[in-house]
Amino acid sequence: MKKFDFVGHLKLFVIISLAIILLGATVNVIFGTDMDVAFKGGTLIRYSYETAPDINQVTTIATETLGKDASVAFDRVNSTDVVTVTLPGETTNDSKTAFADRLEKDLAANKLVQFSTNTLSASMGLKFLLRCLIALAVAAGLLLVYVGFRFRKIGGMSAGVAALIALAHDLIIVYFTFVIFRIDLNENFVAVMLTILGYSLNDTIVIFDRIRTNRRRMNAPLSDVVNLAVQQTMRRTIITSVTTGLAITAVLVVALVMNVDSIISFALPMLFGALSGCYSSLVLSPAIWCRWKMRKEAQNA
Amino acid sequence: MKRTPKWAFFIVAILILVFGYTAVFGVYTTYGDRTDTVIRSVSEIRWGIDIRGGVDVTFGPKDEAVPVDAADLEGVKSIIEQRLVSRNITDYEAYTDAAEQRVIVRFPFASTTETPEEAVKEIGKTAMLEFHYGNETDSEGKPTGKLVLTGNDVESASPDYVPTDEAGTKYEYVVELKLKESGKKAFSDATAELAGKGKISIWLDGEMRSDPDVREHISNGIATISGGFETYEDAKYLADVITAGSLPFEIEAKSLGSISPTMGTGALKAMAIAAVIALIAVCLMMIVTYRLPGLVAAIALLGQMAASVAAITGYFGVFDSFTLTLPGIAGLILSIGIGVDCNVITAEAVREELRAGKTIDGAIRSGSKNSFWAIFDGNITVLIVAVVLMGVFGASDSLFGLLFSWLPMSTTGTVYSFGYTLMVGVVTNFIFGIWASRLMLRSVSRLKLFRKPWFYGGDRA
Repeated sequence: MKKFDFVGHLKLFVIISLAIILLGATVNVIFGTDMDVAFKGGTLIRYSYETAPDINQVTTIATETLGKDASVAFDRVNSTDVVTVTLPGETTNDSKTAFADRLEKDLAANKLVQFSTNTLSASMGLKFLLRCLIALAVAAGLLLVYVGFRFRKIGGMSAGVAALIALAHDLIIVYFTFVIFRIDLNENFVAVMLTILGYSLNDTIVIFDRIRTNRRRMNAPLSDVVNLAVQQTMRRTIITSVTTGLAITAVLVVALVMNVDSIISFALPMLFGALSGCYSSLVLSPAIWCRWKMRKEAQNA
Repeated sequence: MKRTPKWAFFIVAILILVFGYTAVFGVYTTYGDRTDTVIRSVSEIRWGIDIRGGVDVTFGPKDEAVPVDAADLEGVKSIIEQRLVSRNITDYEAYTDAAEQRVIVRFPFASTTETPEEAVKEIGKTAMLEFHYGNETDSEGKPTGKLVLTGNDVESASPDYVPTDEAGTKYEYVVELKLKESGKKAFSDATAELAGKGKISIWLDGEMRSDPDVREHISNGIATISGGFETYEDAKYLADVITAGSLPFEIEAKSLGSISPTMGTGALKAMAIAAVIALIAVCLMMIVTYRLPGLVAAIALLGQMAASVAAITGYFGVFDSFTLTLPGIAGLILSIGIGVDCNVITAEAVREELRAGKTIDGAIRSGSKNSFWAIFDGNITVLIVAVVLMGVFGASDSLFGLLFSWLPMSTTGTVYSFGYTLMVGVVTNFIFGIWASRLMLRSVSRLKLFRKPWFYGGDRA
């Protein structure tokens, strides 16, 4: 196999990653993030009807009069069939009236009558965010301790920190996948972030395990040890990623064929996250760890 | 080392197939026109609201004239959330509307034993617990005896199964209350006064639950509520409700309806088709890449999936199904990934050893040994994540939740569901991905047919 100097090319990979992150950040600044009602609250309006309106038409009217994506669904409340329109974010009374007027005009035949309206607090508001941050902090702390302990032979803390850098990288990529593809942040976002958290760590640890083994067996410069470890685990990392990627692609294809938006918005970021996890654990975390160690050794020498 | 017998592979493989079949299709006994569930099938999974839709209920104060402040409304919301989680409904959406003084709750509903109306009534219960002296009531049916203690004096409640007579031949379900210091004192005083001559009546939401005779002075701070619990679940449910605490004000359902799945109606079907395709694709990929270890991995993976499914459905008819949501499915996908990875790592190690010139047996032995710690560390880190998530987002009375009970109340069932499937995935991975898979590989490698290195990724020789 051709030898590739992963450690030496770290700068190149860091630049690639930063470029992607910069692209995401630019899109984010220009277009903002679409948050679902679960995160920022919103308004829920229900209409009873005589004949069922076309859901797409209602959605279009909402986008045109309110300038935001509404979710529209048929429900049944107190034995009345209703169409429920959920609008994320704050909606002024004026725009609500404009929306109601358009509905009345365009869908006169359906005889829509306002049934109820509620202002919703965010179900995953600040408290949820706080919990997420605490969960992240506690998990990161425990992982540092665990990785630090298990990899103490190769300078545990530095291995733990390198793993967490790769993890942060992957989570940022997932977030920007949502931003770039204009997918609303909702429960799917939480699910995908959590999944990638698991994938990314697992990938990194397998490579660190190999570095640990090689260091015991080889008497060579650190960068050679790391490069060899990456090469040795590359087949495994790629095969695992391709296999899981295959499973996620199957989900994505079925969702595309059957046109289930909610699953597309789940599988697509997941695919990018898995790719990013594979990439970061191959070219980022081992090289970062190696550079760190080399600098430390140079200082001590 | 003792050699693994050849038949071990067939036994484990057959057990996995039987397990997989029963976990997916279930086992039922039919007696006349009555069908009992022995083992639950996939069709009995309680799907989350995002996948199958559910009930939408708007609660408001019973007495609209009294203004309710936002903090109390939040209190109602979080107690309702705890009640849902204690009924194994981990997937719900709960919003408060402070202006209208409403709490809007949506939760999945798939029970045959009660109607949505009954379920909503249970969930919206005030759960005001009171102990009174004697069992006399006034003309309106309210207790006249002095108040002994209320639900606020209760530390925790748990279900129990105790004998009802001295001989211990008959048993019944009860709820055992552990009282706080305040309640302990009051209860001790009351039982000292009434011992042998009076009764204490126990009231829940203005209805008398039971009025036992006080036989002796009770000073250990343990009180029991008996009578009227037909099953363990009944007793457990009341215990959970009491532990979660009573609502700050009485509420009633202002409107009740059914809602369509938030993910869209086609989602479940799409997910099912995708899951089958994905599983087949993964198994084929493993077999093509790794040959015999790949086949073993595919069987182990089936076992792991079956175990995960069983942990969700409850497997045996007596256990409740866990609520499966989209994040829960994400947890399943992640655990498939981990399961595949574990087999890939082992197969790679075996292949490497073979190419380094080892014999088949030697390669399997040292390949398994060398790869164990990488798999172990990877799995443990994922387990740490799963447990932290279950703790931070679970109900505060759950096992891991206690560790995080100092946090402001907020349960988020969807994330909890993810943590659960992920934790199950890691545990089953240790059983199937590591133990069963390696046992099968060692065993099958002894068959004469498979004594060629080619089957293990070696060169054709």
